[in-house]
Amino acid sequence: MSDLGSAPIPATATSDLGSAPIPAAATSDLGSAPIPAAATSDLGSAPIPALLDEDHVRGPGGGRTLIVYADFECPFCAALDARLRALPADRVVFRHFPVRSSHPRAWPAACAAEAAGLQGRFWEMHDALFADPARLEDPHLWERGRGLGLELDRFDRDRRCDAVRDRVKRDFRAGVRGGVVTTPTIFELGDDGAVVRLGRDEFGPRPRSEPA
Amino acid sequence: MIAAGTAVPEFTLKRGDDSDFSAADLEDKTTVLVFYPFAFSPVCTDQLNLYEEVLDDFAAQGATLYGVSCDATWSQTAFAAKLGVSIEQLSDFEPKGEVCRAFGVYHPGGFPQRALVIVGPDKVVRWSYQADAPTDLPGANLIFDALAS
Repeated sequence: MSDLGSAPIPATATSDLGSAPIPAAATSDLGSAPIPAAATSDLGSAPIPALLDEDHVRGPGGGRTLIVYADFECPFCAALDARLRALPADRVVFRHFPVRSSHPRAWPAACAAEAAGLQGRFWEMHDALFADPARLEDPHLWERGRGLGLELDRFDRDRRCDAVRDRVKRDFRAGVRGGVVTTPTIFELGDDGAVVRLGRDEFGPRPRSEPA
Repeated sequence: MIAAGTAVPEFTLKRGDDSDFSAADLEDKTTVLVFYPFAFSPVCTDQLNLYEEVLDDFAAQGATLYGVSCDATWSQTAFAAKLGVSIEQLSDFEPKGEVCRAFGVYHPGGFPQRALVIVGPDKVVRWSYQADAPTDLPGANLIFDALAS
């Protein structure tokens, strides 16, 4: 049967034409679809959560614990990440804060990091995403997954699944409730459990183009 | 700035298609007017991006958001298109800042203060908020708090 009848050109067509094998489970990428809102909004003010069981945490104990709300398509987040890595004594908690209107690949990238996390490689994917934030289309995500030795079909299924999207959404919504308005936003978790917002200047000089 | 409990003044802003948006357009719904200083400026960019991300939640609360600035409609339209935001933009371009002045949110520098005004279906202000400085960005959580109160 012919499948060459008229059909609209997909609105989100992009130049995903680099050579990369298509994973068997590939389906249309729904990463840019709106997140359905809860019937009743739960976005009123609430404190930024202290450490959660599902948090991604890296670094030794004993130093500061920094909670970072960030977006993998945000160049200032990548720059901050580089500065944080120069402070190896600090423990870093990464939370997602993707905002799709300026960063259309932020949600797919966040979901890719979570999907890698389901195979035990969250931080490796985190580093691979920040290492090259201009390349976040699907073939680039597959390429990273292959490079990390992920089971690629599973990775591709997981990054599109509701559980992963809900995981990213929980971080984002908790950030909104805590007054996060942009990325990166950094908090310090005190020994007493208090969460205090820090300025970005505390982590070395900012790039000249980065807003305060 | 205009205080809660005050009826909104008569005003006319321009929509993107150059038609008028007046106080009558506030009837029978809850409206959030987001006054912002300048199209294309960094903080205004972050602000509209953030509010756009939770637009479905605002809709679930029965609230409609509009961005208001003294930029020309063409500039506002280009700004919204560049960001990819669907929040409708309203222009207070000519006479410049007249509506901002009527709402008490005109900055002496010639642009709107960063301010939020929630208007009820009866055209009475339910809540208003002005940032301490135009560079301060009020979180979306503040608007949700106000809508729930």
